[in-house]
Amino acid sequence: MIETRGLRKSFRSRAGRETKTVEAVRGVDLDVTAGEIFGFLGPNGAGKTTTLRMLATLIEPDGGQATIAGADLLKDPGEVRRRIGYVAQGGSTWDESTAREELVLQARLYGIGKAEAQRRAARALAAFQLTEFADRKCKTYSGGQRRRVEIALGIIHEPKIVFLDEPTTGLDPQSRAHMWDEIRRLRTDGMTVFITTHYLDEADALCDRIAIMDHGEVVAEGTPTDLKREISGDVVQVGLDLAATGEAEKLLDGEEYVNRLEVLEEGGLRLFVDEGATAIPRILRRIDGAGLDLKSIELHRPSLDDVFLTKTGRSLRES
Amino acid sequence: MKLARDTWLIFQRQLHLLLRNPVWVFVGVFQPVMYLLLFAPLLKPALNAPTQAEAYKIFVPGLLVLLAIFGGLFQGFGLIAELRAGVIERSRVTPVSRLALLLGRSLRDVVSLLAQAVIITLLALLFDLRVFIGDLLLAYLMLALIALMTSAVSYGVALKVKSEDALAPLMNTVAQPVLLLSGILLPLAFAPGWLQGVAKWNPFSWAVDGTRALFNGDISNDRVWQGLTIITVLAAAGVYWAARQFARSVR
Ligand SMILES: Nc1ncnc2c1ncn2[C@@H]1O[C@H](COP(=O)(O)OP(=O)(O)OP(=O)(O)O)[C@@H](O)[C@H]1O
Ligand SMILES: [Mg+2]
Repeated sequence: MIETRGLRKSFRSRAGRETKTVEAVRGVDLDVTAGEIFGFLGPNGAGKTTTLRMLATLIEPDGGQATIAGADLLKDPGEVRRRIGYVAQGGSTWDESTAREELVLQARLYGIGKAEAQRRAARALAAFQLTEFADRKCKTYSGGQRRRVEIALGIIHEPKIVFLDEPTTGLDPQSRAHMWDEIRRLRTDGMTVFITTHYLDEADALCDRIAIMDHGEVVAEGTPTDLKREISGDVVQVGLDLAATGEAEKLLDGEEYVNRLEVLEEGGLRLFVDEGATAIPRILRRIDGAGLDLKSIELHRPSLDDVFLTKTGRSLRES
Repeated sequence: MKLARDTWLIFQRQLHLLLRNPVWVFVGVFQPVMYLLLFAPLLKPALNAPTQAEAYKIFVPGLLVLLAIFGGLFQGFGLIAELRAGVIERSRVTPVSRLALLLGRSLRDVVSLLAQAVIITLLALLFDLRVFIGDLLLAYLMLALIALMTSAVSYGVALKVKSEDALAPLMNTVAQPVLLLSGILLPLAFAPGWLQGVAKWNPFSWAVDGTRALFNGDISNDRVWQGLTIITVLAAAGVYWAARQFARSVR
């Protein structure tokens, strides 16, 4: 459905007198299959939005190529536009318009006739539970309602692919759960959904496949399960004071059952071990033996954050 | 065909939003009327005009051109708000014609300017202004072209600078000499020779002269076709340039 090869983009930005070049996206290869929810996971500034904007024909890539729903991004951007929907990170509704007006206009901009546009707007309003506010100005909507309008705008022309840039950022947990349902419904309707997020749980729970992006590059790609399975073994998280953390690190680093060790910023350690059940008693003994004050100990299966950590050396939570 | 349809869609939306806001409608009508009622009475003595009607013949066309220039030049602010709200980006991912994104907006500005012009003309008729309908329509054409040009340029600049803070001083800097050197408020016939020489390079000065000639029933005056030609060329260039800004990538 989407195939990109070597997609690149850099920006020149001026800071005072100096011009600096930011390599926002440096050679992205992606293959998105029809009918899946594909997630783009990465910290702030990773280049997610820039990639999406290139795929949505809003900015021209500096290099590379892409085919989207069978149309060539560089040679035929007009055809790409007809086949995709795009919902920007920063919103796209006008304060003084109503949801219905926006939906009808958007449909008409895609060449749909007036009567059909009105029918589609009504249908979209119902599907996104917006009928009640349909004729109120957008500025009176709550964040979640407005986000739903924006997503409805992105799919009013029934595109083959829809790009959603951080569809759930800023929503409360309940609205997020609702939004996930809406997004799953799009997949049920046969759409390919490409979302970006910096929420680990969202990538994990919602996406069929994800690409992890950092500093303009894709550092890992696969299903969440596969990615996590790549990291064999368990993760043991040890809660310690900041003061005790350094000493515990010295004690445990180099123990033969610890494959990898990470220091947590707020104090404590994360240890990657082959088998948590046997490692925990040994860890306890070492820490106790040194007279350090152990606050907690947790065993868990590797998360996507652990995947991110092993690929980049940083935790997504901290960046 | 697609261009016409797309332009109509954008025009309709923009006009609808304008009319929905009673403040704008009020300001749009109130301002020119104030000029006419409060400023014009000073003119007869100032211009040494034999009658009030003569004074209006000089002042009304100038006022109309002034409104056309300013009405257009400051439309960019609305566009920056739209840019910020993401409305422009939302339009740009659709297959809508980029030229229509501009034309629809600019035509809205032209129509609202013409509405103001009609109100002012009607009022001036009450004060004994007399003008032939054919001449008047030609003068309206001139005004429409001026508004088309200034609003297109304003939109183009807005897309380039992307912030009100940059747009405001820029537009003021452009507007001021344009205004002073066009003989809009007072005819340049009173000006010293060097000033008249400089004003020759101001296209709006030709437009004002042409419009005044039309209000004077002097349709065969060279300034009429000269003014119309200059403004038509500039309007086409402005529209072309601004439409390219809509097509280019903007954040
Ligand atoms: N128009 C621009 N001009 C200059 N730099 C830009 C521009 N757009 C993006 N960048 C830079 O490119 C990098 C990638 O930005 P991008 O918006 O793609 O990140 P992102 O992954 O979407 O981040 P976030 O999660 O914060 O939305 C950043 O360093 C950003 O500052
Ligand atoms: Mg982003």
